[in-house]
Amino acid sequence: MPTSLEIVSPEKLLLSRSVDMVVIPASEGDMGVLGGHSPMIVTLRGGTISLYEGDKVTDRLFVSGGFAEVTPERCTVLATEVLPVAEVSKAEGEKRLAAAEANYEVAAKQSTEAEDAALDAVQAARAMVEAAG
Amino acid sequence: MPSLKALRTRIASVKSTQKITSAMKMVAASKLRRAQQQAEAARPYAERMERMVNALSASVGNAPNAPKLLIGTGKDQVHLLIAVTADRGLAGAFNTNIGRATRLAARKLEAEGKTVKILTVGRKGRDYLRRELSTRLVDGISYAGKKRLEFSDAEAVGVRVTQMLAAGEIDVATLIYNRFKSVISQEVTEQQIIPAPPPPVSTTAAASAASYEFEPDEETILARLLPQALSIQMYRALLESAAGEHGARMAAMDNATRNAGDMIKRLSQNYNRARQANITRELIEIISGAEAL
Repeated sequence: MPTSLEIVSPEKLLLSRSVDMVVIPASEGDMGVLGGHSPMIVTLRGGTISLYEGDKVTDRLFVSGGFAEVTPERCTVLATEVLPVAEVSKAEGEKRLAAAEANYEVAAKQSTEAEDAALDAVQAARAMVEAAG
Repeated sequence: MPSLKALRTRIASVKSTQKITSAMKMVAASKLRRAQQQAEAARPYAERMERMVNALSASVGNAPNAPKLLIGTGKDQVHLLIAVTADRGLAGAFNTNIGRATRLAARKLEAEGKTVKILTVGRKGRDYLRRELSTRLVDGISYAGKKRLEFSDAEAVGVRVTQMLAAGEIDVATLIYNRFKSVISQEVTEQQIIPAPPPPVSTTAAASAASYEFEPDEETILARLLPQALSIQMYRALLESAAGEHGARMAAMDNATRNAGDMIKRLSQNYNRARQANITRELIEIISGAEAL
């Protein structure tokens, strides 16, 4: 049973179509979503979203984090930054990784919340480098 | 009676003003279309975000440890007013309306014994409010010179407000902006953003019916979702205001063009009368000169 997938960024509706399965990088591990999935709301870590038609991956998109709402009929991904994997630049990812790591050093000394946020940023940057490589 | 030459220069100058205002009107019209498209494109995200927030807040309910962004600090002492204006003038009463609404709101709150802080977005609002309420201004953000408003701009404001709330500097935050009603009318809107207004009853019922599972847990998601939802509200307000600004400028420039047209008509009439009077006078002089011979 296909599920209708929507990927939305604040600036526009990026993708809206029906897919057989989508794998989203939820914060506690990748999650495969097929039609008829039980309703869930999850946060996303930085990683790649894979769209499946049959058992082949048709598209791979990089997200830097966000949220997803899953219901039996649809899967909605709210992401701030979405890029097709082919367009992800490794240099940009490495630049962000360096910045995020530097920021993490500072944030770790401040509060646990700042530390968590900085850690998320580091992970997102690392995922970007991986996606490019 | 002004001389013919004076009238001629007057007409020329009004004509060139008219050219400028009609060009500005055209520019505003094309910018308006783009701003409207941008506002349109932002809608799906905002709608879905709202749906998720409603589902979550219905699930968390009024738990005492719910995030401050949702239920506020429990106090009502320090109010933050976020006044959204344009960076440029020549848009009729667009900026003044916001300035006035902000001033009235501030005065009213102060009369009730509350503390008021003001954050302005857009240069004109800061200039207006600096005259009278300068001690309450915390910061002024301006996007002057930016071609296109991006989500990250709104996010920066959202983050700023969230930090102020977390630091206990504010209890309530209200957005004051021009809502785009139609091309010719904008409506000054005051929208409370912290604490988040309760969702309408019907959506609460619908959301709780489809009881969601949460991963990680509700509080963690809410803590990440709410700042994002706040930024989105900011973004929408900024886009509405941008569309409103161009609409207002279009109307103002249309008016100015029409006024210039009226003025040109009146001046040319005067000019022609003066010219005719001159000719008549010269004729009389010639005729009476001939009769005297």
